[in-house]
Amino acid sequence: MYTLTDVTKTYSQSKRQVVALNDVTLEIPDGQLVAIQGPTGGGKSTLLQMLGALDRPTSGSVELGADSLSKQHDGRLTKIRAKEIGFVFQGFNLIPTLTAQENVETALAPLKVSAADRKRRAAEALASVGLADRGNHLPSELSGGQQQRVAIARALVKDPEVLLADEPTGNLDEETRDEIMDLLEGLWRDRGLTVVIVTHDTAVAKRAQRRLQIKHGQVREVD
Amino acid sequence: MFGTYLRRELLNRRKQTIIIAIGMALAIALVIIVDAVSAGVRQAQESVLQSVYGVGTDITVSQPATAQNATGLQGAGGGPRFDFGANAGTDTGGARQVNTSRLEPTRGATVMDASTLTTVKKVQNVESAAAVLSLTNTSFSGTLPNFQQLRQERENGQAAQPTAPPTGGSDGAGGSSFTVDSFSVLGLDPAGKSVGPLASVTLTGGRSFTAADAGKDVVVLDASYAKTASKAVGDTITIGGTDFSVIGIVAATGSDATTAANAYIPLDVAQTLSGQSGKISSVYVKAASSGDIDQIKTDLTKAVSGATVSTQADLASTVSGSLGSAGQLIANLGTWLSVIVLAAAFLIAILFTISGVTRRTREFGTLKAIGWSNRRIVGQVAGESVVQGVIGGVIGVAVGLLGVLVVNLISPTLTGSISHGTTSGAAGRSGAATGATGEGAARGFGGAFGAAREAATTSANIALHAPVTLWIIVGAVGLAVLGGLIAGAIGGWRASRLRPAAALRSVA
Repeated sequence: MYTLTDVTKTYSQSKRQVVALNDVTLEIPDGQLVAIQGPTGGGKSTLLQMLGALDRPTSGSVELGADSLSKQHDGRLTKIRAKEIGFVFQGFNLIPTLTAQENVETALAPLKVSAADRKRRAAEALASVGLADRGNHLPSELSGGQQQRVAIARALVKDPEVLLADEPTGNLDEETRDEIMDLLEGLWRDRGLTVVIVTHDTAVAKRAQRRLQIKHGQVREVD
Repeated sequence: MFGTYLRRELLNRRKQTIIIAIGMALAIALVIIVDAVSAGVRQAQESVLQSVYGVGTDITVSQPATAQNATGLQGAGGGPRFDFGANAGTDTGGARQVNTSRLEPTRGATVMDASTLTTVKKVQNVESAAAVLSLTNTSFSGTLPNFQQLRQERENGQAAQPTAPPTGGSDGAGGSSFTVDSFSVLGLDPAGKSVGPLASVTLTGGRSFTAADAGKDVVVLDASYAKTASKAVGDTITIGGTDFSVIGIVAATGSDATTAANAYIPLDVAQTLSGQSGKISSVYVKAASSGDIDQIKTDLTKAVSGATVSTQADLASTVSGSLGSAGQLIANLGTWLSVIVLAAAFLIAILFTISGVTRRTREFGTLKAIGWSNRRIVGQVAGESVVQGVIGGVIGVAVGLLGVLVVNLISPTLTGSISHGTTSGAAGRSGAATGATGEGAARGFGGAFGAAREAATTSANIALHAPVTLWIIVGAVGLAVLGGLIAGAIGGWRASRLRPAAALRSVA
């Protein structure tokens, strides 16, 4: 379970202090599918980075289970990201020189998994997102939807507790968007993951269990 | 994963890999070629030095020439001088036949006391030492006008019939006709073989000296000189007015060079004939090990007051001619060119790696987000750079070896000359002057002794061979790996400094 207490995050931008998160207190129970909406610059991505142990708050605390993400040193945060958190990005962020199979394997590289086991698990992850026959393709040889499926496979291959998705359907057409959301929902149900999706798209947000609105760095529940 | 990722990056970013590899290959090839040619030039210089100082001579000790002793040892006016009385030579009727020779210290070579050898041998880490006396034998052979006969005829009256018509000279009417010949002679200890000029030669006929030859009028000739003078083992040659028996012929080993002198005679005989009893010109020193050379040089400089102490490295710089030019070219242009190209290759590798890291900010940010540690990312970047360096190194070694092969196939001939206290190569320079008049005779002397003055130089034509050792190749590949490591370390350091959130934000 995520527990955020009085989280504030400020940035210096052109000698100006920008408050991205302003005294945010929030709990996200395990196994919940949460959608975070809000305008551009409202603090959505910053909140996701706090949840993903990619950044520390300026003040306040962020906890994931027993781990304090705001106090742990970089090495421990790296391990938490490697084992417990899966990321899906709007731009897919696949390594362009690696095949789909190899891209999925990159998530297992820090986990001391044997090469054979890595290959097997990556192939299974690709199969679970419907790309069993696309393992040897480079990202440039795949469609946007297929690339996002590879990114989802990469996020899930390590069996994380949390899946964080930053505008996962932002670069996709409506049909593909629905396919990806179907996939994420299915995985959430099957695996009991905690899923946090940042989105502009109300249609996507409406499919979540819980909807949060973030504006001017402050979070409120959406009924 | 490391290997797969590395392979994919190198193959898919071929342009960058090729540019870095080519830059590194050029630098490594240049380093190999310059190093091999430099080693070849060094060997050639050593070959020239060995022909003069012998194999194993690490240091030479001599006295620098001074204006006073340089002229004092020679005849008045700075050159050898012959004085003939009215009755010199034998009367041939209308002229007088004169044959004489002198053995004197070589011009420019200053003698020192023979006790210097004992002093040198006492210096720590001197394995062996040998003393030599550098001499020049100058001979005068020809006919001069019979001045006594001419004076008597003038006293007896112009009308009286001469006892015999004047002969001699180019026109046979009473002038002069003579030959002046000079060659170098080196007096050395006949028992000493481990160090000195005869330590490096090849015996082509007869025998070399033994301890029993001390005090005997025996001579070993340089092969080139023996050929020019038409002398063979068993023949006799006149040195300093004394007939010497030729016991052996020697030639330089390993190069197309003459040996240190035209003739070698026992040291004690050389000292007696030249009037330099108890004197020597130089001491040749062999060090116990190459690591002792600097210490021995320092100690010798203190022990032998006022002496010039030269190591092989010092002497190498005295080699002139195209070999000397090649040595300077390699030492200056070649070395600096290698350094500059190597630095440029390193810089190219570093800039491309940094540029690659900047371009891959999103990639590294993503990898950090999914749990890759800084160490893993630095290792990945460094690994890619090192492999690019190694590829460049391997290509560079191949190109370098090809370049060295071309040098060895062309095998340019370099001429090395070295000035020293002995004369050599005089076979081709022996003076021969003929004059019908006194003026002509003076020119003849000038020409002959001028040659003698230039005689303290040994020249050698050596085909350049550029050797390649395993260490050159290992060193070159090591440089390429070092270049890759430096580029990788800098690139990796930049990648490790990327904050994952900032890296992802930068692409958002």
